[in-house]
Amino acid sequence: MRHAPIATLKIASAVVFLLALLVAVPLLINATGRTDLYYTLTSVALLSIISAGVWITFYIGRINIGQGAYALMGGYVSAILVMNYGMSFWLTLPLAGLFCAAASVLIGLPILRLRGVYFAMVSLVLTEVARLLALALPITNGASGIVSIPLPSRLSLFGLTLIPDFATLANPRLSFYIASVLLMALCFLGLYRLAHSRIGQLCQSLQQNEELASSIGVNIAYLRVVAYALSSFLGGVGGAMFASISQSIYPSSFTVADSVNFMLNCFLGGLGYVLGPMLGTFVLYFGWDLLFQTGEFQLLIFSTALIVLMLVLPNGLLSLALPRKRSL
Amino acid sequence: MEQVIANGLYLGAQYALIALGLTLIFALMNVLNFAHGQMYVLGGFVTYTIYGQLKLPFVVALICSGVTLAIFGGLMEKFLFRPVVRRSKREESTMLLAAATAFFLDAVMLLLFGEKQRGVPKIISGVFVSDRVILPYDRILVGVIAILMIAAFMLFMQYSKPGRAMRALAQDRVAAQLMGVKVERYSMIGFALGAMLAGVVGGLLVSITGVNSGIGGPISIKAFLMVMIGGAGVVGGAIAGGFILGMMESVGLTVLREYGDITYLVIFALLMIFLSIRPHGLMGKPWG
Repeated sequence: MRHAPIATLKIASAVVFLLALLVAVPLLINATGRTDLYYTLTSVALLSIISAGVWITFYIGRINIGQGAYALMGGYVSAILVMNYGMSFWLTLPLAGLFCAAASVLIGLPILRLRGVYFAMVSLVLTEVARLLALALPITNGASGIVSIPLPSRLSLFGLTLIPDFATLANPRLSFYIASVLLMALCFLGLYRLAHSRIGQLCQSLQQNEELASSIGVNIAYLRVVAYALSSFLGGVGGAMFASISQSIYPSSFTVADSVNFMLNCFLGGLGYVLGPMLGTFVLYFGWDLLFQTGEFQLLIFSTALIVLMLVLPNGLLSLALPRKRSL
Repeated sequence: MEQVIANGLYLGAQYALIALGLTLIFALMNVLNFAHGQMYVLGGFVTYTIYGQLKLPFVVALICSGVTLAIFGGLMEKFLFRPVVRRSKREESTMLLAAATAFFLDAVMLLLFGEKQRGVPKIISGVFVSDRVILPYDRILVGVIAILMIAAFMLFMQYSKPGRAMRALAQDRVAAQLMGVKVERYSMIGFALGAMLAGVVGGLLVSITGVNSGIGGPISIKAFLMVMIGGAGVVGGAIAGGFILGMMESVGLTVLREYGDITYLVIFALLMIFLSIRPHGLMGKPWG
């Protein structure tokens, strides 16, 4: 009971944040006429979902630089199902996630036994494998990719229209934005629940010492496959949504650089915080966009800022908000 | 087939030298140096400037590449990695730093040298031709230099005082410190040495394949592959990994040519299978 006021405060602030995103931001955009911001913000929402997946693998003490592989896979699964089998996009969204989760169980069983840099390096290679596979497989249409994917169609349940047909809407950008923000909210709500549940605690025990966790009866093999599958699920969903928004997917839609960025988002926000990936994605994406005006110096300024940030706040941006404890 | 083996050996010698630097840095600092490929490219550009533009002898250019990178690596360790390692709660934070450094080097090289592919005049012309093997002389020379460098590095690590100190550090940092090894100094020397190796290979290879500012990333991935094959943080493993990858690439490009560009796909698949049987590479410590 002691925590009740804090919990209400948290719920209230989450609701306010969501309302701000869903109501205030569109109003502001309408007022200023900067409709291009919809696309930017949608991207941030989706990228933070994908980064949230990476965060889960960090939570079990693995450095995951292979999330791009699952995002690419999810994008292709959704695109192929929509194009070749005429399925509704909204149905392919969870299917893409599930496909990635299943694939990640198969891939994860052997490679999750690796630790530290070994896992990091293998996962880095995974993105490259996905790209080469997308180039080589016949169903993915090789280097030309899959283009002109139709916009998401109507989703109705018992004759009730839940989601209207995006193609008939006056402003599909806004609807994509709202869908992405809702998806992001759902994802981070789940993540928060997970991190504060029993499984979350067990995951933390894996992060600290796997042998010890195993010795007191934690099924570490099962737990890390589950965590990795969850992580890939989020990657797949995010990738599928991206393919739908850009209405195309290519083997180079998600590359090693993207995988590294997903990892950086988590680091930048702070690995110890659930909201870390969201904040990290926002700062990284907007920082990069803002620096676009500096032209050829964009990358130079961006990387210098990253290095300085790392020197000043090695535990992530969110470590600013918490009381500073002297660590060893 | 002899041609394929000769190509493989030549590639392997280059690769081994790249992997050596990466594995050394990892063994000493537990840092996965994402910027290794970019360091290689920087070495290539230094050689391009001195040998290709200023027309000084190739040896001078090579030494300059090594020295530049050694200084750069030493400074990077002292001012970037050391403070971050000391202050961050999780070791992985250094990866962000390494990635940021990679971006930084990419940006600097893009500004200084542009996007174009840069090549230099041949060191020696002529081609060695026998009835089975055809190899240009400059490739042979570069291969021989690479092998000599590997040998020198091994001897240095085995018999010199800094070499012994670094091996002790790699085995157990705390124990080495208790035995009176100056941990900070040798970490810096090790980082500088690793960076120097990357720079020298860059300088060697620019004389054959040329260099452009975008190839740092792919080179890093190849270096990671080699280190994984051999085992992270093990000098012998890096050399073995380098030669194995060089050989596989050379054989794969010949054998799989008719199936399209799938050599690396096959190599990755083999690597996954190999790692699921032996998670710590050929010679790595378990959970290095």
